[in-house]
Amino acid sequence: MSEPLLPPIGMLAELTHRCPLQCPYCSNPLELLKANRELDTQTWLDLFSQAADLGILQVHLSGGEPTLRRDLEQLIAGLSARGVYTNLITAGVGIAEGRIEAFAEAGLDHLQLSFQGARPATTDRIGNHKGGHEKKLETARRARAAGLPLTINAPIHRHNIEEVPEFIDLALSLGAERLEIANVQYAGWALTNRDQLMPERAAVDRQAEIVAAARERLTGIMNIDFVPPDYFAIYPKPCMGGWARDAFMVTPDGTVLPCHAAQTIPSLSFERFGPHSLAEIWTDSPAFNAFRGTDWMQQPCRSCERREIDWGGCRCQAMAIAGDAAATDPACAKSPIHARMAMLIDEAQRAAAVPSHDEQFVYRRIGVVTEPA
Amino acid sequence: MMALRERALVSPQSVPSLPKHVRIQYDPVRQAFAVLSPEKVFWPNDISLEILRRCDGRSTVGHIIADLAADYDAEPEAVATDVVAFLQEWSDKLLVKL
Repeated sequence: MSEPLLPPIGMLAELTHRCPLQCPYCSNPLELLKANRELDTQTWLDLFSQAADLGILQVHLSGGEPTLRRDLEQLIAGLSARGVYTNLITAGVGIAEGRIEAFAEAGLDHLQLSFQGARPATTDRIGNHKGGHEKKLETARRARAAGLPLTINAPIHRHNIEEVPEFIDLALSLGAERLEIANVQYAGWALTNRDQLMPERAAVDRQAEIVAAARERLTGIMNIDFVPPDYFAIYPKPCMGGWARDAFMVTPDGTVLPCHAAQTIPSLSFERFGPHSLAEIWTDSPAFNAFRGTDWMQQPCRSCERREIDWGGCRCQAMAIAGDAAATDPACAKSPIHARMAMLIDEAQRAAAVPSHDEQFVYRRIGVVTEPA
Repeated sequence: MMALRERALVSPQSVPSLPKHVRIQYDPVRQAFAVLSPEKVFWPNDISLEILRRCDGRSTVGHIIADLAADYDAEPEAVATDVVAFLQEWSDKLLVKL
């Protein structure tokens, strides 16, 4: 019945939850971990070494803001020594002089820099960080000067969707090889702020046309990866390429998860690195095995011809909207509750029509949601 | 509108190389060669691998074609079509620099 388990290819390492920005759509959990819960340098290096043994070829170093880790150079060097491709995912704010060069020297392969807006006022408002945009431009320049390949990441929502053409020009002007136009996924803080972030239907349609035209025009010049907003979709995204299929992530305290929001599924519990090896977790974790492959699927997924394309979509979105983590992702037109997505879009539009609505972001901050005792 | 870089088109005189964000690496776990790029890992077949290995920043496309034709005992014209199409596709994805 089941296919043999293959080794994982990619890993996202959330080195810290600390961050100078407070983006209201952050994919980190609402219960953010403080610095004293973070793994130490040696534990991360051990984890990376096990990851390489297990077959991991790429590590995305993320957070929070990963450059807040003072040992980042050491961590990059450790991965580089094992031949692992390293991608630094940074907000590009407050990186000390000389560090980007040090990352490059340590063997960093690629840098991904987020812009919350294409306009300074937008970037500064969404990240709730004055002067952020200017600092990001400087980070991009320093990355290019250090010879690092560059991706610009633009998380898209109602407040910057009209800036998509400007994002494209910005990425070109910074010499980026890649641009990600990534519509916000409603998990983590974005789910809390869904009504404030949901774009209008007409703007979503315009965006799709603009991106398609730009991709055509910029073939061989700059790659544009487009993550469309799935509340407006017909088919769901193959979240993580399938649950525990070829990738996983690690939180700042070493908890190993199949995806960002997996901890929102109350029936699952997750192992930590240390008490368990990565190989044990990848192979034996009941949470990893819960939605692996296709055996767990219900109808309509079970008999769907797309079951090994979409892998049932996002388990966390099924949990959040259908109340059942094993249900078909409601983003899929075949889901019996697909109509609920359109209702949620409409609800958000009505909420947005209320004056002063835009000022009501719940900004991402440690302690806004108290940690359980 | 800002000054754009231009799309590169493959010619016999092109000298292809791998850009800095792309590398070929043997993976001992899967016992296969992988091409690593910012978000994707590719598993090239034997002939793709033979082309990519010759993208060394010194050999022209003309030389690569002649070299492959000799190695595979094939007609250069037949090899040329495949090599040019492959390199154009990989250049368009910014995985090969011309």
